[in-house]
Amino acid sequence: MTNKNVTRRGVIRTGAATGAGLALPTIFTGAAWSQGFTNEPTGDTVTLGFNVPQTGPYADEGADELRAFQLAVEHLNGEGDGGMLQTFSEKNLDGTGILGKRVEFVTGDTQTKSDAARASARSMIEKDGAVMISGGSSSGVAVAVQALCQEAGIIFMAGLTHSNDTTGKDRKANGFRHFFNSYMSGAALAPILAAQYGDNRKAYHLTADYNWGYTTEEAVRSSTEALGWETVAAVKTPLTQTDFSSYIAPVLGSGADVLVLNHYGGNMVNSLTNAVQFGLRQQEANGMPFEIVVPLYSELMARGAGENIAGILGSQNWDWKLENQLGAKYSGTNAFVQSFGEKYGFPPSQAAHTCYVQTLLYADAVTRAGSFQPCAVVEALEGFEFDGLGNGPTLYRAEDHQCFKDVVVVRGKENPENEFDLVEIVEVTPVEQVTYAPDHPQFAGGALGTCNNGA
Amino acid sequence: MDAIILQILNGLDKGSAYALIALGLTLIFGTLGVVNFAHGALFMIGAFCAVTLSNVFQISRTVIDETRTDFLGNPLKVEIPYVVDWFGESAGAAIIDWAVPLAILFAIPIMITVGFIMERGLIKHFYKRPHADQILVTFGLAIVLQEVIKYFYGANPIPTPAPEAFRGSFDFGTMLGFEANQILYPYWRLVYFFFAAIIIAGVFAFLQFTTFGMVVRAGMADRETVGLLGIDIDRRFTIMFGLAAAVAGLAGVMYVPISPPNYHMGMDFLVLSFVVVVVGGMGSLPGAVLAGFLLGILESFASMREVIAFIPGINQVIIYLVAVVILLTLPRGLMGRKGVMED
Repeated sequence: MTNKNVTRRGVIRTGAATGAGLALPTIFTGAAWSQGFTNEPTGDTVTLGFNVPQTGPYADEGADELRAFQLAVEHLNGEGDGGMLQTFSEKNLDGTGILGKRVEFVTGDTQTKSDAARASARSMIEKDGAVMISGGSSSGVAVAVQALCQEAGIIFMAGLTHSNDTTGKDRKANGFRHFFNSYMSGAALAPILAAQYGDNRKAYHLTADYNWGYTTEEAVRSSTEALGWETVAAVKTPLTQTDFSSYIAPVLGSGADVLVLNHYGGNMVNSLTNAVQFGLRQQEANGMPFEIVVPLYSELMARGAGENIAGILGSQNWDWKLENQLGAKYSGTNAFVQSFGEKYGFPPSQAAHTCYVQTLLYADAVTRAGSFQPCAVVEALEGFEFDGLGNGPTLYRAEDHQCFKDVVVVRGKENPENEFDLVEIVEVTPVEQVTYAPDHPQFAGGALGTCNNGA
Repeated sequence: MDAIILQILNGLDKGSAYALIALGLTLIFGTLGVVNFAHGALFMIGAFCAVTLSNVFQISRTVIDETRTDFLGNPLKVEIPYVVDWFGESAGAAIIDWAVPLAILFAIPIMITVGFIMERGLIKHFYKRPHADQILVTFGLAIVLQEVIKYFYGANPIPTPAPEAFRGSFDFGTMLGFEANQILYPYWRLVYFFFAAIIIAGVFAFLQFTTFGMVVRAGMADRETVGLLGIDIDRRFTIMFGLAAAVAGLAGVMYVPISPPNYHMGMDFLVLSFVVVVVGGMGSLPGAVLAGFLLGILESFASMREVIAFIPGINQVIIYLVAVVILLTLPRGLMGRKGVMED
């Protein structure tokens, strides 16, 4: 018996239609949208999604973020020593999970690629029922995942993202950033640069050719130029560049006496290594010692740069030595370092700190709101003032969902005693000095919009 | 003028790395007819030989220093390398300091072994398969190798400096009559250039002046006839694969002080090295070397601020642009041999 109606073209057409139907994201069709809000937890557990780079060039940073997330979940569930739950100014979290539901988590791999990060976040939301997404160590990824969470009706608690755009032109109502930003780095660093190197310096910028590089260059340029520095040149370097010698060799002949490396991760390790190899730090220019500045660097990058980081000024969101060196204002730091150090054997990075804090802040906001509903969480976090999480008194500003707190200015240590003792704290810039208006030109062009419950 | 000299110098070390990798690629392609996308991974493994030796030299015993504390307030554990125990303070420190040059001796047997295993274990099964299959399998192998390295060494770059004696830079400008500090060139990059020149000269001399090299060259020209003369050309070609692996590995060993190695460094060089091979002419060893230096220097020139200001983005496409122009005017590349990849 044969069916003469079956044609090759018909099979292809039917197959394509079926495939397209299957490929349609269930986020817009499935059960996720049929409830009060996306992924409303109904059982006795709640699932959080941690989206970190597990492969690719930032995998080590992602691994540290994941360690911090695991620690936060343990503490929320009443395991371990409680970490920052003991020092957090809010006392709503009592080790019984979130709203009595035991916290579980799933992880995704961002690969530090926007499309891969969106795919893994989507999978955690659709398949695993994650009610909140956090993590990441790149601004490109943060902006992409934040937009996805906004569409899906999920809260996004950003991990390490430093570009102004995350809470500037690309800000979203469902997204919150604890980490500081390029503007704050510039505002914190510039006075110290002027004080240490003089106010008549000529700077040469090498800038990573992507979103974060542009905002960092702009922030450092405007802050230093306001204090009398001149920018001799600003050259964009490809993100894939590994050898920066051809960009660094002409710097000395350009009339500049400071090199600003707006590079992050492997880019920064390579460009700084090249700059030191070319003997820039031993040279004099315009009658002054030549200096190198790296606006943002992490402990992991300092480890990669080795002894080349010695004497280099930069900024950080947090440092594990804060409380020991600057006192109880930064309480929470030692509690976190103790928990993390006991569990993993080394001090946490700033990426780990921000991820841990974001998890606690989310859990606390849900508890105060009495609901996992995204709009209730947004309301609880907007304008929220807190303390005891390592950075001193902090505000989650309602207008842009950016945290405002002190910024740490650091310098690579000349004679480190061990592999964790790579940076020293030069100064902590008070929050007032790094605060800006929500409509500041460096953050213009965006709007939070309205929060999305996804239902 | 000083800017031009500066960029030529800059292009030399990058060109040296391209030339060494491209030389190995061409050797493998010329002898075995295999397009080896895992060649960048061999460069990376060489670099990690240097990292490994440096780590081995720093294997330490732990001593508790009660007078100091660690980050958790516990007594500090101080690491004392065994080489310092065995050879004394200054000799031990010197051994650790010279880890990268010493890694050359360590890397040669390792790289030759890795090359043999790769060729005998995997690649020989693909000799008669289309080039597309060879590319797929070697590319897959490259991914596996870099993931293995990442598993053991992590994803972050690992600083492995040059010996103290070669740190700092040399003022070429004053030698040529320019003002001081106008043309600086790091000592180690100079070392790298001369090292590459010696390796390249060594490979050419080996192929030109030894009986083994003569047989290999004959095999490259006409494999069938050499086989008919009763010579086991396959065995010789396997040895050439090991040699090519060693050349790539040594290029990697000496490159670590220039750029801290990470698991991805092989891929970063691989694509450009293939362009170098194609521009130089498939199967031509002098062509690979010439194109390596040429493209390295061109890349440096394209990174000049004045050039980027004139044509934005040229630094990212210059090599491909030049490759297109050369292939349009000289379809076999600069020194390509007739009949290679033309069947």
